[in-house]
Amino acid sequence: MTLKTLLAGATLALLSSTVAHAGDVRIMWYSDGVEGEVLADLISRFTKQNPDINVIIDNVAYGVVKEQLPIQLEAGNGPDIARVTALKDLSRHWLDLRPLVADPSYWDTNFGAQADWMRPDGSNQISGFMTQITLTGGFANKTLFDQAGVPLPGKDATWDDWAAAAKKVAESQKIPFAMALDRSGHRISAPNIAYGTNYFGSDGKPAPLDDGAKAFIGKFVGWANDGMINKDVWVSAAGQTYRAAAEDFINAQLAYYYSGSWQIANFSTKIGNGFDWVATGSPCGTASCTGMPGGAGLVAIRYTKNPKDVAKVMDYLASEAVVKEFSERTLFIPAHKGVLDKGNLDFQTKDPQVKAALDTFVAATKTTSAEALKMPSWRWSDTVYGALVSRVGQAIAGELSLEDAFARIDADIATKVKDSAL
Amino acid sequence: MGLIDRPMRALQRATGLNGMALLFLAPNMLVFGIFVLLPLAINIVYSATGGSALFLPERSYVGLAQYRRLFDCGNYLDPLTCQEDPFWTAVGNTFWFVVLQVSLMILAALITALILNRRLAARSFWRAVFFFPVLLSPVVVGLIWRWILQRQGLLNFLLYPLGIEPYNWLTDRDWSFLAAVGVSLWAHMGFYTLILLAGLQAIPKDLYEAAAMDGTRPGRVFWRITLPLLAPNLIVVIVLALIRAVQVFDEVYVLTGGGPGTSTLFLTQYIYETGFVSQPRNPGLAAAASILMGLVLVVLTLLQLGLGKRGETKGRRA
Repeated sequence: MTLKTLLAGATLALLSSTVAHAGDVRIMWYSDGVEGEVLADLISRFTKQNPDINVIIDNVAYGVVKEQLPIQLEAGNGPDIARVTALKDLSRHWLDLRPLVADPSYWDTNFGAQADWMRPDGSNQISGFMTQITLTGGFANKTLFDQAGVPLPGKDATWDDWAAAAKKVAESQKIPFAMALDRSGHRISAPNIAYGTNYFGSDGKPAPLDDGAKAFIGKFVGWANDGMINKDVWVSAAGQTYRAAAEDFINAQLAYYYSGSWQIANFSTKIGNGFDWVATGSPCGTASCTGMPGGAGLVAIRYTKNPKDVAKVMDYLASEAVVKEFSERTLFIPAHKGVLDKGNLDFQTKDPQVKAALDTFVAATKTTSAEALKMPSWRWSDTVYGALVSRVGQAIAGELSLEDAFARIDADIATKVKDSAL
Repeated sequence: MGLIDRPMRALQRATGLNGMALLFLAPNMLVFGIFVLLPLAINIVYSATGGSALFLPERSYVGLAQYRRLFDCGNYLDPLTCQEDPFWTAVGNTFWFVVLQVSLMILAALITALILNRRLAARSFWRAVFFFPVLLSPVVVGLIWRWILQRQGLLNFLLYPLGIEPYNWLTDRDWSFLAAVGVSLWAHMGFYTLILLAGLQAIPKDLYEAAAMDGTRPGRVFWRITLPLLAPNLIVVIVLALIRAVQVFDEVYVLTGGGPGTSTLFLTQYIYETGFVSQPRNPGLAAAASILMGLVLVVLTLLQLGLGKRGETKGRRA
């Protein structure tokens, strides 16, 4: 074999490992729990039925999807399909599947409720589908409540009721904190809206903070100063960085934790039979008892070289049977209307707490306010969340007074709106 | 005559001596141009644009508006009077970090190098111990110290038997800043110690022998022999430590995330968050801030060059 042949062979091998061929479909995927394994299993079945389509799953960290995917997309690159949470913000990069999928009416019927979350404003594009619907809500350490002899507040309990009950439990059981709420603008927006806030200005852009948001934020910062809530979560980062308090709840350091339905599988795995826990839905404010909806969507990327193959993969993953199996195995609430309407989901867990928690969250979807439901499809929701997190964090850390924090939130949002030149 | 001599001579005849030098420099200059100069030029262009789009052709020209925004301040000593208050908070934090970390770093590295330069039992082992943290990734350094300093961390575990209640050292504004300084010092000190140790070992032994024969006190030996002869190394260490401290990011970002509040928010984190994390992103503002930071680094590098020359002269005279 000559040197030339060797070099040519090596070059060919190198190229074949990096260049996408017709029939290649790359999926950029991140996992919170076991969903990556479930997807791999589902895809292996698809490729058996469609040997001409080579599906490659790139499992990456959530940070890669959040920070690197937007840059790839701006450069006109990226995977063929991606699992993302920034659905509206990046919607101009999503492929319109309407002319490509087998039956667009199937998609409209079953995923129509969230279709607007992921398409450019004013279009009827089919961009993808939600892999799961999430809802924010509370979790209580039932064992601690029982040991303290404090009854769990009922379904119409207010934030103050939960705070008072959790405080009694913390004092009785000598745990460091009564409550915690994730460091997230999305999370704190649920009680803000429950207290009657309206983020939407008349021009569709963000309105200045109103009394509803100020009422809850004031209450929240007060709780932090009193040692009621785990302020570590909120002051252990700067800017818009996300922090969850799940580990404190798992380690039985909290009586009450406000997070969301995506924690259920995590709690089931990590708490096991360490203690009893229950999902409680969202506490009430003065206006409503709402949680915040959200979730991750699987979207097709418009820069794909193989749109027909991408549509085939999306059709398969969005099919009723696959969505049902995916939801049952990952313990996610599905977004598929048909699956939800039939209500015969058999979540694959032996933990009765999981089933009860999922039921609670499904029931809580009925009290989600209209305002909260509009947030995922609003262009400015992340802007509002970012300003809330950074400034409330500073107020809790003692860097800003409450009034200064409110003024800064408004100023930050106004600047961001101006920066975006929209 | 080697195989390569004939073509080289032919090449030299064709290009001339200077042409030959340029030819050999070309690959390096190409890499430097593509990966350093070009991004720098693009960054400068970005700093003159606005909007949230990342793709340059989609961005609007705004001239010096981003710089004006960064400098729009009522009182530069009070970040809250500035339009871009996190920037000035980051500038202030970075300044105090540089002052504290560099001075402590030089002192600690010098003392460690002096000790390691003595006849110690297992000297190589101790040198390895001090150098080991330099081998660790900054992310690993940050994680290790977070596990030590957090509320349920190793430090509290050790302090609990002494009757000290668990405390989250990383969520107290003063402690977290000191932790950032300390962790950074722990992570990088070994590198500077090594440079100083090399300098110490290059000092001729006969100078110390002569001083011993004259009965010179150890303190005088240090000030009159060791320090002047170590000056060139010390200057290199000071300037490298200064540049490194201005760029502080990775281990502190993992350790504190910039918090509590903004007490450990440094310039590099501000640039990163402004350009890549905040919603919507502002690449133009991030680029302007990075250009300003780059200017500070240029000044420090010039300082290194200037002081380096003086240090060499001083070392030769001593």
